[in-house]
Parts: sequence; structure tokens; C-alpha cells
Amino acid sequence: LTEGPTVHQPGEVEPPIPESDTAAAKLARWQKAGGVVAPVMTAVLAFLAGGLVVAATGHNPIEVYRGVWNGTGFRWFYEVGSYEIGLPFSDAKVWFPWDPSSRAGEDLQQTLLLTATLILTGLAVAFAFRCGLFNIGGQGQYFAGAYFAIWIGSNFAGMNSFLHITFAVVAAALAGAAWAGIAGILKATVGAHEVITTIMLNWIALYTGLYLFGQGGPLQNELQEFSPTSDEVLESARLPVFWGDPFLQGLHVGLFIALGALVAFWIVINRTTLGYEVRAVGFNPEAARYGGISVARNYFLAMAIAGLFAGLAGAIDMLGWRFSIGFSDIQSSTIGFVGIAVALLGRNTALGVGLSALVFGALLNGTATRNIPPEAFDIPEQAGNLSLTIQALVLLFIGADILILYLWAKSGQRIGVGRRAAAPA
Amino acid sequence: VSTAALDRVGLERETLARWLAWSGVALGALAFYLALPPVTARSPVVPVVVGGIGIVAGGIGLREGAGRRLGIGAMAAGALGIGLGVLATRSEVASLEQVFVWSALIAATLRAATPLTLAALGGIISERSGVVNIGLEGMLLMGAFFGFLGADKLEHWAWGIVCGVVAGAGLALVHAFVSIHLRADQIVSGTAVNFLALGITGYFFIEVYTDQGTPGEVSNIPSISIPGIRDLEFVGRAIGDMHLLIWVALVFVVLAHLLLFRTPAGLRLRAVGEHPKAADTVGISVYLTRYVAVVVSGALAGLGGVYLSNGITHSFNENLSAGRGFIALAAVIFGRWRPVAAFVACLLFGFTEALALRLPGAYGEDAAWTTLFRALPYVVTLVVVAGVVGRSIPPAAVGRPYVKQ
Repeated sequence: LTEGPTVHQPGEVEPPIPESDTAAAKLARWQKAGGVVAPVMTAVLAFLAGGLVVAATGHNPIEVYRGVWNGTGFRWFYEVGSYEIGLPFSDAKVWFPWDPSSRAGEDLQQTLLLTATLILTGLAVAFAFRCGLFNIGGQGQYFAGAYFAIWIGSNFAGMNSFLHITFAVVAAALAGAAWAGIAGILKATVGAHEVITTIMLNWIALYTGLYLFGQGGPLQNELQEFSPTSDEVLESARLPVFWGDPFLQGLHVGLFIALGALVAFWIVINRTTLGYEVRAVGFNPEAARYGGISVARNYFLAMAIAGLFAGLAGAIDMLGWRFSIGFSDIQSSTIGFVGIAVALLGRNTALGVGLSALVFGALLNGTATRNIPPEAFDIPEQAGNLSLTIQALVLLFIGADILILYLWAKSGQRIGVGRRAAAPA
Repeated sequence: VSTAALDRVGLERETLARWLAWSGVALGALAFYLALPPVTARSPVVPVVVGGIGIVAGGIGLREGAGRRLGIGAMAAGALGIGLGVLATRSEVASLEQVFVWSALIAATLRAATPLTLAALGGIISERSGVVNIGLEGMLLMGAFFGFLGADKLEHWAWGIVCGVVAGAGLALVHAFVSIHLRADQIVSGTAVNFLALGITGYFFIEVYTDQGTPGEVSNIPSISIPGIRDLEFVGRAIGDMHLLIWVALVFVVLAHLLLFRTPAGLRLRAVGEHPKAADTVGISVYLTRYVAVVVSGALAGLGGVYLSNGITHSFNENLSAGRGFIALAAVIFGRWRPVAAFVACLLFGFTEALALRLPGAYGEDAAWTTLFRALPYVVTLVVVAGVVGRSIPPAAVGRPYVKQ
């Protein structure tokens, strides 16, 4: 990027930068150009602008953000001391610089719980995006996974724990895949726009859940007739907790499932035929078709795999720390939508999604009602809307850094395509 | 059917097939209608037989070359007619008569269709200029909140309209700037303004109304009743006493049609959406046209939002728009980017919404499964989008940022 401006010889053909490029092609150009700086700038700008909103309505942004920061649990890392932790599978204890049972540690567990889910809902958006599809149905796919995880997790008593968990997780992932697959099939066969179909599927999934687990619904719990919630997930289907109190939302092994999904995403996208085809369709469906790639098949597969990730997110939430789902949980859930911001800030790459999931996990946990000091907001629920606004600003600024790149390209530093074209043939 | 026989009556095979398939669609609707008041057939045999004939007609149409989409659509309509008809025969006559007061249902349909229509008109204008407006949902929401806030704090519904329209247009301006000048992906930008609207309205909703909710009494949008029509038996109850904004929406449908297809401005707008470079060459400002179109679309969606909160729900709640902006987008596609056709689609979606609100009443409050009726508008939208979308061709340059040379 520090090369001097490319000198164009007279008569030399301009490097072909496609003008009406697809979202995926644009993305590729950006990744070459912006690196890690642009997303970081995007996030910082969004937080600053969010602070302006807070200040404009007469609150103190510094106090609010301090509350948010304390709530994230990141202070755990700088509260260094001399502690010990137990080693897994043994009674041995070893020295450890951080206190595993401090309040900050508990906050950090919450942040990581959300991070695990957001990695998966983020991947659900990212995978479809690499195929040129904008999956805003992560929420509905998450619901589909969650419903199946709850149903299987609260039935089949007496099953071996490993089998029970595997059964519930696999079924939930497949349910998410099937739900997204509807939009995929419609896109592949009749060309129905995935943005409209996935939004409709979100609402259908929501009302289906309100019916299933609501008053008098078939999956409402049997113990309390007037409580519109599901049955509790049985002990044998709960994901093991490896840090913190299993009864107080300790950190469960779903985090490793999410990290595994990140690795799987990277391998599939970068190292398999499927990933190659998906990216080819994302860059230019017409060219892919001429190259002998079935565009319809890849649209379907990309949506189904995206739904698989979102379904997994539902599973680890239900089996990891929620253990039941109720009327109000369904109505207020937005974790699937946050996945959009996660994926776009993370540039739809595995590493990027992982990091931005951490940022948004921290933001969601930091702005959770219990973490906001009363002196910052008289009504702590406000902080939730602040985090929504910051997500929106992140998405807007992601649009805006195309401007930066445009100016950059104009100033002579031909990006990516240009550099290759300038090399001797 | 033998080709010779067809030749004798002077019919093309395909015409006959298409005609058969359409009558299948009609029979599906009839199957449902017969089970409702005033006919109120009580035997499930009636809808099954009528809908069954519809399915057969659709099937024959499909085989004889009516086209896969129409043939399968007719068969689906027949099946849907059977399902709904049988459901209707199983409920009480009294409650059916309570739900299917056709005049009231028409009135409710028009009410529900108004926010959709206004948003859809906005969507058409924006997309005709070449800018996809996924942000309609957010603009509806802005209009809904600020329309209510204005009517409440400035104590007049007219101020509510002003506030709502300005809020919708303001959000549209953000979308326009990011997607026209900064050339961001228009779908990402639209999604961003949707989130922005959720955050802003949610924030100010709590800031202003805390957790008490909106007050019950605000200055409401008045009704306009036409003396001659109001006293008529059926028509009077259906359209004799309609809110001002319903009339406005109807007028706007006609105006939008005239603007797009009968004026130089409309021609320029369409030129910019079909072939911006050509438009630019003859001296039309692509950027200006697109800015105006997107802001107007936001103003229209904002107006729809005002009607949603001030005219229909009489309150505001977080995420009040509940996907209506996307349903309006579906209407845009269904109507092939034409105002009148999109309005017809909005009537269909509005009818579904009106029905979804009233149907649970027919089965008593206890029946848990009636919750599923609330998903009906979304299911119908999904089916419609899947059924018609391949046949409608969007403006050629839609979604593509224009780079001035």
C-alpha cells in the first residue's frame, strides 16, 4: 500500500474495476485496501457518535461508557493478583494471575456467553454474504434452532448426556438450516428476494413460538398452567460449564462450539470446492454460471449453511444458559439481528467475525440493564437502545468507508486490481 | 383436449389452459366464500368439492401449458380455499357473522392497507429512480413515533403529520447520502437506517414516555364522511366514514400514477432508474433526481407511519411497524413497480391483516392456536413474493450507484 502512484502509459487500458460490482466484489476490494484499520475506525466512530446521542439528550456520555466498560468484565484482565485455579480432569491447582471468582470475572463470563452466540449468528450472515446473499433472517433461524433444542432438551429423559446434547444440537442446527433453506429455495427457483422472504420467515417463526410456548400451547410447561414458558431443559442435555457457577449462567462449552464453527467457516470458504463456488457466485453470478457452476444450487446451500450456524446459536443459548424459552423471551430477542452488524464489521471473514462478536458481546453485556449505574441513566433500559443505535451507526459507517477507499483510489493509489494490472505482463 | 376441437372454436390451447387455471384460483376463493356469511354453508363437503374442482382445473391448466407458476398457484389457491373453508364450517355461525361483517371488513382492510400503500408508493418512486429502499420499515417507524409525539406534544394531529413526514424524510436523507454519494451497498445502508430508526424511536420513546406508555388521548386524525354515501346501507358502512389519510392515500395512488407515466418529471425519474448514463448525457441530474426520489419516498413512508400510530393503533410501542415496510416492498414487486397494481397488492395484504386481527374472535379467546392467525399476513406475503416475483422485472439500474464521469 506504500507503493507510489501507478503511472499510466499513454494508450494503456484502464484496469478493469467493475462498476456495478456486487456486494461481495466490493467487499474483496475493501479487504485488500482497508485491512484492519477501517473496521476499527468504524467502531470508534460509531461509539463516539453514540456518545453524542447520549450527550444530546442530557446525559453524561463518559459516565455511561464507564458503566458500559465496567459491565463488559474486561477490567478482569487488569485486576492482577496471585490466585490459583484447578486443572481440568484433576484435583491439582496451579498459580494464576487473575481471580477466577471475582465480580469482574462473572461479567466477563457473560460477555463471552454473548460472544459465543454472536459468533454463530454473525457467521450466519457472513456465509450467505460471501455468496452475494443478504441473510437478515438470522433471528428466525435462531428461533427454529432454539425451539428444537428446547423440545429435545426437555424430553428424552434418561438419555446418555453426550448423546442427548449431540441429538439436540444437531437437530437444532438442521432446523435452522431448513428454515433458511426455504428462503434459499425460493431465491434459487423463482428468484424471490432473500431480504423479503427472510424477514417474513422471521415473523412466522416468532408467532409459531408464541403459539408453541404460549398459554395453552402444545409445548407450554406442564407445571405452571399460567406461565407462558417452555419446559426446563433436562440436566442431561445441558452443556457443561467450565468457568463459573453452572446455576448462575457460568461460561459453557458452547464457546468452543462457536470457535470450532469459526474454523469450519474458514476451511469451507477458503479450502473447499464448495467455498470456491460460493465465492464465485458471490463475486459474479453470471460469470460463475458460464464457468459451469450451478448458481441455484449454491444459493440454496449458502442459505442452508447460514441457517445451520444460526440454528447452532439457538442450541447453545438454550442448552448452555437459558434452559427455557418464554413468551417475553421470544418477543424481545434480537440476537439474530446483531449478527448482521457483527458480520459486516468483521468483513465477513472468520477472524473478523470472531473479533467483532467480542466487541458486540461486550457492548450488549455492558449495556444490559443491571450494568448501567443509576446516575448515568434514570431509566437503565435506555442503554439497550443506545447499543441498537451504535449497531446502526456501525452499519452506516461501513457504507461510508467506501468513500475513503474511493478517494484513496482516486488519488492514484490503485488498489488491488490496479496493482496487478501495473505489473509487467 | 384435441387441437382440432380448439381450432374449430378459434381458441389457442394456451389461452384455454390459462383460463382454466384462473378459474381454479376463483374456485379456491369461492370455496372459502361459500362457508362464510351470508351464504354460511355448514357442511365441509361444500368447500371441499368446490375447492377440489379448483385444484383439478389448476392441474389440467398446468398440464395443458398454462405455465408452471399459474398452474401450481391455482392448485395452491384451491387447497387454501378448502383449508380455510373447512375451518370456517367448524366455527359457530354467530361468531362467523361477527367476524365477516363484510362492510366492516372492507373498512378495516382500507385502514390496514393505508400505511402499506403510502410506504409502497414511496418504494416505487425510490426504486424507479434506481435506489433500493429497504429502509421503508425504519421510515414507517420514524413516522409512527414522531407523528404520535407531534400530535401529543403540539396538541394537533396536523403537527403530528408534519413531524412524522419530516422524520421519515430525514431518515431517508441519511439513506440517500450513504447510498448515492458514498455509494454504499444500498441494502446494507437500508438495513442500517432500519436499525437507526429502532434505536432512535426506542430511545426517545423511553425518554419521553418512560415506561408508562403513550397516553390514550391525543388529537386524532379526523374522519371525512360523505353525506350521500354515509347513509347507504352497505357502502356507507364500508367507505362512508373514512379517515382523512385513507383518502389522501387513494389520491396519492392516482397522483403517483400520473406523475410517473404522464409527466416529463416522471419520464426523467424512470430514465434515471433505467439508464442513468443516458439520462446524464441529456442533462438530467442523476444525483439530484435520486435524492429527491429517496427523500419523497421517506416522506410518504413517514406519512404511512403517522397513520399507523395515530389512525390505527392510537398508541406507540417499540417496533410498532412490525415488518410492514417489508410487506410494502413485497407489494412494490407484486405490483411490478406500478402504483395502481401495488395498491391492489396492499389491499390484499390489508385484508389479510384485518382478517388476522378478527379471526381469533371466531374461535373464542381460549383457543391457543389462533395465535397462528397473526402470522397470516407474513405467510401470505411470502407466498405472493414466491409466486409472482420471477415475472416482474425491476428497473434496470436499481441498486447500482451511479458514478458521474
